[in-house]
Amino acid sequence: MVLALEFPPINEILRWRDLFPTFNKVALIAVAASLISIVIFLLAARKDGLKAPQGVRNLAETIVEFIEEQIIMPTMGRHGMGWTPFLLSLFLFIYLCNLPGIIPILYMPATARIAIPMFLALLVWVIFIGVGFKHQGPAYIKNSLFPPGVPGPLYILVAPIEFISTFLVRPFSLTVRLFANLLAGHILLVTFSLLTEELVQGDSLVLKPVGILPFFMLMFITAFEVLVGFLQAYIFTILAAVYIGGAAHPEH
Amino acid sequence: MEALALLAQEADKAAAAASSAGFAYGLAAIGPGIGIGYLVGKSVEAMARQPEAAGMVRTTMFLGIAFTEALALIGFVVFILIGL
Repeated sequence: MVLALEFPPINEILRWRDLFPTFNKVALIAVAASLISIVIFLLAARKDGLKAPQGVRNLAETIVEFIEEQIIMPTMGRHGMGWTPFLLSLFLFIYLCNLPGIIPILYMPATARIAIPMFLALLVWVIFIGVGFKHQGPAYIKNSLFPPGVPGPLYILVAPIEFISTFLVRPFSLTVRLFANLLAGHILLVTFSLLTEELVQGDSLVLKPVGILPFFMLMFITAFEVLVGFLQAYIFTILAAVYIGGAAHPEH
Repeated sequence: MEALALLAQEADKAAAAASSAGFAYGLAAIGPGIGIGYLVGKSVEAMARQPEAAGMVRTTMFLGIAFTEALALIGFVVFILIGL
């Protein structure tokens, strides 16, 4: 190993002892994320809606407006507004699960364990297929496997490709995108903090000042992870919106 | 002697796994790297030409990045699977 750097096995940086049986820190973060988002909106709903928004209500309104203007309007249009509550809770939950990756003491994005992204992706998968059947009936399968405007014989090729890309690859890529992004960020943070520690606490006096370099990199990656956490929540939500919108209106 | 040869073989296997994991990720990063660069470059061009369409272009750009990036991330997952 370079510089005798002992990188811990992957289980060591992703697993904790259970707080009590079947409940560990990742579960704690997930529960906290849902509780925090519920509390924000309960507090905001109790404020007087007729006055100018302040404090918590201001925050809640900003988030709702972000979901409506940035996620629903460009993908589903005006008649997709009914999906605001679902997409809002999806976005907030993922964002609040990503955020602990850079919060000291916690230092673990709950979405870096595959269970949470996988469950959310399966939820979106079930919902968009359900929406497709609700709006188009059994013709949904036909519409999604045989897109219009393709010359007849090519359907032998197109139909299997459409089937794989719509019903198999979508949930898989939703899962892997969120999971791998957060896991990669977490591993990067571990790598650079280990490197800093090894260099600063090492025996060589020459190498001690060099430790400042990985430390700067660590700060840069931490700032980058703030962006990644937000961006991945945004992308997951917008893809969910695109899938649901596409299932509801095949002609677009 | 036999045990030593076996040990050497195992060490070779581990080294091969490590380097092939590195290759897997490196190869998987080439295509998406080019793709994302091209995609964002074109989007910036579009936004500069037509600033009033910037919002729409940005949304579509993020969608495109998400799809392109998925390939690199699958490479990363394979990297972890082989490397361990």
